[in-house]
Amino acid sequence: MALLEIAGLRKVFGQVVANDHVDLTVMPGETHAILGENGAGKSTLIKMISGLYKPDAGTILFDGALRNFNNPREAIVAGIGVVHQHFMLIPALTVAENVVLGIHGGWGRYDRKTAEEQVSKLSKEVGLPLDPTRKVEDLPVGMQQRVEIVKALYRQAKLLVLDEPTAVLTPQETEDLFEVVHHLNQDGIPVIFISHKLDEVRAVAHKVTVMRAGKTVFESPVGSASAQQLAYWMVGRDIVLQTQRDVVQSGATVLSVNDLTVFDDRHTKKVDNVSFAVKEGEIFGLAGVDGNGQTELVEAITGLRKLAHGSVYLQDKDISRASVAKRIEQGIAYIPQDRQRDGLVLPFSIADNLQLREVSKAPFSKGGWLQKRAARKHAEQLVEEFDIRPRNVDLPVGDLSGGNQQKVILAREMARRPMLLVAVQPTRGLDVGAIEGIHKHLLALRSEGRSILLVSLELDEILMLSDRIGVMHAGHLVAVYNNGEVSREELGLAMTGEITAKEAGA
Amino acid sequence: MNFFLQVFGNPELYASTLAMATPLALAALGGTFSERTGVVNIAMEGIMLVGAFFGVMIAVLTHSSLLGLLAGMVAGIITSLALAWPAIRLQSDQVIIGMAINVFAGGLTAFLLNTVYGYNGTPTNTPFLPTITIPGLVKIPFLGQVIGQQNLLVYVMLILVVVGHYVLFHTNIGLQMRAVGEHPEAAATVGVSVVNIRYLGVSIGGMLSGMAGVYLSLGLLNGFDVNMTNGRGYIALAAMIFGKWTPFGSLLSSLLFGFAIALSISLQGYQVSANLVGMLPYVLTIVALTGIIGRSRAPLADGIPYEPSK
Ligand SMILES: Nc1ncnc2c1ncn2[C@@H]1O[C@H](COP(=O)(O)OP(=O)(O)OP(=O)(O)O)[C@@H](O)[C@H]1O
Ligand SMILES: [Mg+2]
Repeated sequence: MALLEIAGLRKVFGQVVANDHVDLTVMPGETHAILGENGAGKSTLIKMISGLYKPDAGTILFDGALRNFNNPREAIVAGIGVVHQHFMLIPALTVAENVVLGIHGGWGRYDRKTAEEQVSKLSKEVGLPLDPTRKVEDLPVGMQQRVEIVKALYRQAKLLVLDEPTAVLTPQETEDLFEVVHHLNQDGIPVIFISHKLDEVRAVAHKVTVMRAGKTVFESPVGSASAQQLAYWMVGRDIVLQTQRDVVQSGATVLSVNDLTVFDDRHTKKVDNVSFAVKEGEIFGLAGVDGNGQTELVEAITGLRKLAHGSVYLQDKDISRASVAKRIEQGIAYIPQDRQRDGLVLPFSIADNLQLREVSKAPFSKGGWLQKRAARKHAEQLVEEFDIRPRNVDLPVGDLSGGNQQKVILAREMARRPMLLVAVQPTRGLDVGAIEGIHKHLLALRSEGRSILLVSLELDEILMLSDRIGVMHAGHLVAVYNNGEVSREELGLAMTGEITAKEAGA
Repeated sequence: MNFFLQVFGNPELYASTLAMATPLALAALGGTFSERTGVVNIAMEGIMLVGAFFGVMIAVLTHSSLLGLLAGMVAGIITSLALAWPAIRLQSDQVIIGMAINVFAGGLTAFLLNTVYGYNGTPTNTPFLPTITIPGLVKIPFLGQVIGQQNLLVYVMLILVVVGHYVLFHTNIGLQMRAVGEHPEAAATVGVSVVNIRYLGVSIGGMLSGMAGVYLSLGLLNGFDVNMTNGRGYIALAAMIFGKWTPFGSLLSSLLFGFAIALSISLQGYQVSANLVGMLPYVLTIVALTGIIGRSRAPLADGIPYEPSK
């Protein structure tokens, strides 16, 4: 018998029909993947299952009973555990506090010790070890996700829902997660797994359901659906999974980083004596396992972090000590890793977010007055060009789907035609159609002679776009290759530090 | 040198520090509870006034200062609900409502004072809160003179600070309060009722501000007078921020402000400009509110309305 049976679910926000006639059946012990474009309605479906939103129509049958959750507590009590796309953790509290929060109410003593012991024990049991005494704000995203999963299992979830869990994970962490999912399945706990990555779906899921424009349009066992077929159902057209790179003559040096050394907040050396240069019309891909200094290197280049030693030049100007604003003015654009925190003002409209960077310049401002009409026109153009959905520039960015929020940042930064674009994981969380679009935009910038520093954890993306590839390991730039002269295997070895300090045709 | 010894070597200065710090600490502790759940409470000034008035009124009617205290606390809770309801249910701007309550409370209590007691003010035979003597402690030289004999509420305040710390950091409800003040959406997804917790936080704040008001009218000063809080609610607000939204921090910074007030009083007999000395507590307040000394971080969702699910 099915554990979860959803029929005819519908949810409308204003004029947007986010879910319509959604059907989904999940059997015990199976992993059921949900695929769909950005904005297809996946997160909305999850929020209804978890009691955050109330359906406008349809039924949710869970564990043998018809459910009408009024709030998240009722869903938790029923046994539904959810790891949301945007984590629901309290940064200022410890891991243990986050896990046990809400289980016991009242004026009774919060038994810190027992809670910490239980969390530590459970996290080890399920293969996601955690230090329960750490504050969540001090943890990297991969660890935060562990906290979320342990939190759900601590509440004795009978069903675990993971909304785009791998978007924030390194390949190794993803493997670990799949291991956990397998174990859960063996214990009879089904998992709903949302992702944009077809290979992941094939690796972990038994069944797959595709959503498009709010509807469930396709369901099948994973084995009997081809990648092309799934991509077609998702996007409604055929997708070119390979992008064409035309030959661009690279020119003068735009960015040069010399002997750069950077420390992180804990005063650990994260970037150690790194030097490289990016030329006009060149995409320089920075590969590496997460946490090997890429973040700190990028922050030093964009001015968010002080450099301990060395220098950064933009063309022939020394910008090592320049403020962030100054660097932007000089032509650096930046797509940060944590979009919700660093890049967007969620309650502001799409139009306002799109002009945020240049709000004090013409044509958006004249004599100190905001030119709303110019901003709107600009926004409408970008929304079209970058396929931000829905096409309503007055909508608060916080109401967009995760992937569409991201397109807003991409559109804003790329539209400035920067001299240097620093892009960290620009396609994280995007669907295949959107990725194709972003890649095209990046290559178009390159053809115009702009420079791009691309940081990505996806080797495929690096290989597809870069002219040259630098590999970081433990704070060192261990190797620089010309694309086409290096194999995946060699890159993989460099990423794990097997190859040290080798300079290939720079 | 002699002058310094006279002023700073006098135990009365420190006894008076404690007495002056008490209303600040009570209100700051209350404010801590309110803001830890995410509701900015600048209405402490007004709530203190209301508490002070009803404390006197009921004490006079019942001939019992303790019933007066109870009444002041209840009045504080009721007034704080005027902040809680629009702030929590209607997602209104908390600073504006707080300000409105302060203005309204000033007018209301002045009006009631006039209608109930006329021009003579509150009666001279109002029963005041008792002063307590701690038998062994009072005999210890110096220390005994400082904390051996104080108003009942001074001791109550010290106990409440300890209790408040325990509740906030060592109970389940305290954990929920801190969670709601930091990230209400996240707290809601694990089944914490943001609305209830915020009501609780604001009410505790109201109760303690009311208590602070009663201490003013039935303990520190004699009876009720128009606008008798004289900015203490705002100083308490500063003490709470200065104390980094913690009970002990609130107490310590209240003591600092209390010391400034006590010092300005004790310097009045000397050749120091009274106006200049009188400014001391307010200067400290400004320093605290502009965050010059030590950066403190407010609860992340402090002052941000929470909209429940759609
Ligand atoms: N709270 C809201 N208010 C208004 N519209 C919303 C709200 N939440 C979602 N929507 C809209 O509903 C649609 C579906 O959004 P949803 O977040 O479910 O997409 P998704 O499939 O999870 O996409 P992604 O892969 O980008 O995360 C989008 O058009 C989105 O703008
Ligand atoms: Mg989503």
